[in-house]
Amino acid sequence: MVTVDELPEMKKFIEWFENRHEYAKKWKEKTGGKVVGYYCTYMPEEIMYAAGILPVRILGSHEPESITRPYLHDMYCPFCHDTLAQALQGRYDYLEGVTIAQSCLHMRQSYFSFADRVENIEWSYYLPFPHGVNNPHAGDFARHEFEKFKKAVEEWTGKEITDSDLDNAIEVYNRNRELLTKMFELRKADEPLITGLHAMYIVVSSQLVDKAEHNQVLESFLEKIENGQVENDREIGTRLMLIGSEDYDEELFKLIEYGMSYPATFVFEENCTGSRYFWGLVENNGDRLMALAKRYVYRVPCPAKDWARGDFFGRRRFQFIEDVIRDWNIEAVIIAQMKFCDPHELDIPSLREMLDKMGVRHLHLELDLTQPVGQFRTRVEAMIEAMGEEDLFI
Amino acid sequence: MEVKVRPFDCWNDFKNYRMNYYKEYLEAKDKGGIRWAGSAWSFDPVPQGLGEDVYPLTGEPYGATAAFFKDFSMRALETIERKGAARDLCGYMRNYWGSVAMDRYLLADGSEIEPFPKPDFNFTIHICCSHAKWYHYAAELEGGVPTYAVDISVGPGYTLDDKKIEYVVRQLEDAITWMEKVTGREYDDELLIKAVENEAKSMTLWAKICKLNQAKPAPMEEKSMFSFYVLTLIRRSDERVVKLYEQLYREVENRVKKGIGALTYEQFRFVTDNPPPWPFLKVYRYLEQNYGAVSVGSIYTFGLGAAWLGMDEKGENWIWEPAPTPEEAGFEIHDRRSALWWTALFNLKYRASWQHEYSHWVRKQETYQMVKDWHTDAIIMHLNRGCELWNMSTLEVRDYLVNKGIPVATYEGNMADPREFDEARTFNVIDSFMQSLGIEKLT
Ligand code: SF4
Ligand code: SF4
Repeated sequence: MVTVDELPEMKKFIEWFENRHEYAKKWKEKTGGKVVGYYCTYMPEEIMYAAGILPVRILGSHEPESITRPYLHDMYCPFCHDTLAQALQGRYDYLEGVTIAQSCLHMRQSYFSFADRVENIEWSYYLPFPHGVNNPHAGDFARHEFEKFKKAVEEWTGKEITDSDLDNAIEVYNRNRELLTKMFELRKADEPLITGLHAMYIVVSSQLVDKAEHNQVLESFLEKIENGQVENDREIGTRLMLIGSEDYDEELFKLIEYGMSYPATFVFEENCTGSRYFWGLVENNGDRLMALAKRYVYRVPCPAKDWARGDFFGRRRFQFIEDVIRDWNIEAVIIAQMKFCDPHELDIPSLREMLDKMGVRHLHLELDLTQPVGQFRTRVEAMIEAMGEEDLFI
Repeated sequence: MEVKVRPFDCWNDFKNYRMNYYKEYLEAKDKGGIRWAGSAWSFDPVPQGLGEDVYPLTGEPYGATAAFFKDFSMRALETIERKGAARDLCGYMRNYWGSVAMDRYLLADGSEIEPFPKPDFNFTIHICCSHAKWYHYAAELEGGVPTYAVDISVGPGYTLDDKKIEYVVRQLEDAITWMEKVTGREYDDELLIKAVENEAKSMTLWAKICKLNQAKPAPMEEKSMFSFYVLTLIRRSDERVVKLYEQLYREVENRVKKGIGALTYEQFRFVTDNPPPWPFLKVYRYLEQNYGAVSVGSIYTFGLGAAWLGMDEKGENWIWEPAPTPEEAGFEIHDRRSALWWTALFNLKYRASWQHEYSHWVRKQETYQMVKDWHTDAIIMHLNRGCELWNMSTLEVRDYLVNKGIPVATYEGNMADPREFDEARTFNVIDSFMQSLGIEKLT
């Protein structure tokens, strides 16, 4: 028997996560294809993949920097600064293109500066993805924009994207979504083997490498877990849910799952480096672009796009969170909010209220480029300790 | 050289309109009328089809008024922060939320009324990260007021096509059905048509007035413009507003003809960019009194409520020319759909402040061209922590203008949070900037 960490597949995910730039460079050498960096999980990657492009998510490195200050205001979130810093330092020197599906203002700023200032960028595309994803007309509008995006990709690459190219891309991406969902389903178990740290490596690496390759490794990984070839070597403790945004900081997971006096395990991440990235399949029924549009528009929304509209007064994301709390048997929630992130901050008072009503403990952590680990540990431990005290008296 | 100055004849008319506006909203229910609230960028002609007794309360001007009355603002901000609202969120919105949470309503003269008059519905747009969510949370604080937000994030005007307009029009059509349901009133398309025409008139008139300020000496300084431009943001589809702008246009035109200026000594002209720090408008007075420096406008006061041609069709150059009205464009408005089509097209294409949300390039061109067309010596930029949308691109714009040889000064502040402004430091920045340009203080 081996542990999850000892599995070669897990090692592969970590290697991809850590050596993302080397992977992309090698992929280019091997295939002669183009690599395009993208901002935001609303980007219909399938269209690029169908054109033979490798889409890679633009991420930061969590290292202190100050080179972005002349371009981005210091009230913009650390993620935006970090991603731009990577580009300005030449870490994305292998990209031919950069693109964004319209998202929060901060990310857009970072994207514009990236597109303008990074010399190797020969192609950039701003995709006006709808914000009103809770309205019935958004699907149509997204389809229209996807059509224009597809044309722009074809013009740039000189390659016509055929229906069968799109079918193949949708199939590969859907397979990845199915596998990632299955991985999350396994975490419903009383003794889940996969921690939040593992899940983060797996989901983020899927945003960085060829999905077909990722599928193979993930299939094999899940097979071993399901066949009982893997044992648990840690105490599960409190079952936590993470609600946040671009939470791919290893330190945060290591601290909470491996570094505290009280055991705790993340069993679900509702964020854009977790479930929000892959939840929901494309239902390909002929009109491929419409199928893609519907999937992206009506998936679990990002807080930047989730608001009341007429006869729908709720937030779809909150409905999803409620279901997860029930189905994954969540005991406490960590709200990991990126500093200065408006979309999340705008939801937090109502989110806290909802969690209070549900009787679920929650803790709000504000994430920066690097984290105040000691302070976070004290706060998370205090929350878990308080939960124990409540048990004593109820 | 000393120039003639005069107070504006229509000053009090504008002031009274603004005073009455908040009162009309407050008292609407006494006469069986309808109250609605939303962003100043909402499609304000649309609720007008519900009747002639429909009164809006637009959030940004309300937030600015609150910020101006520092004591009220401090209480509002602290109240909402205690409920968990982050301090870096939009300053206008926090003032608004705070006002709702305190259950206190502020009139334009600073007097406070209890309770906060709840709207019958919220009707807003969504373009920055906050708009729709602002009213969603406000509605929760108000105990569940029905709320509808129109997504307008279709990209810059020069890329506009029928599908993009259609997307917005369909949402507006749904909104009308929803408003009928929420208010129990039957919708009147004739009132909508009139309101849509008025909106176009107000916005193009304000653009024409702004253009008159290219004259030397400038007939208006920006601080006065704050009192003028705001009507395009509180109720631009009201016929009374059109009349006021017609009056103002004639007056400013006359001032230009007669060489009447805004300052006795105009020795330095500049433009600004962001909303000003409302609690510290004395920055403008400081510049005028010490340096004879006049702010002749900003992409904020010009771009927010006026309609301009904007980017050319290729998206290369910005054109500061007033947009056409429906008649000038040869567009016939004859029913609900054509009225909605026009208001969607007009706002998406010509509302300057919606264009630069989609690229640094647009904002750079827009600002550069303003500096040139209004014959200014410099730009003074407010790095405004209170609004992320207006603060978009500012640093990239600064870099661009500096490279073009345009003098740029920047100061930090917050349009609507009095706690985020360092007065002494700002005056120091101004003094050093003026010194570096060789501008002497007036004696
Ligand atoms: S953390 Fe928030 S502000 Fe930053 S990129 Fe994500 S959604 Fe935007
Ligand atoms: S953040 Fe700026 S654009 Fe958005 S509502 Fe506030 S003032 Fe308006």
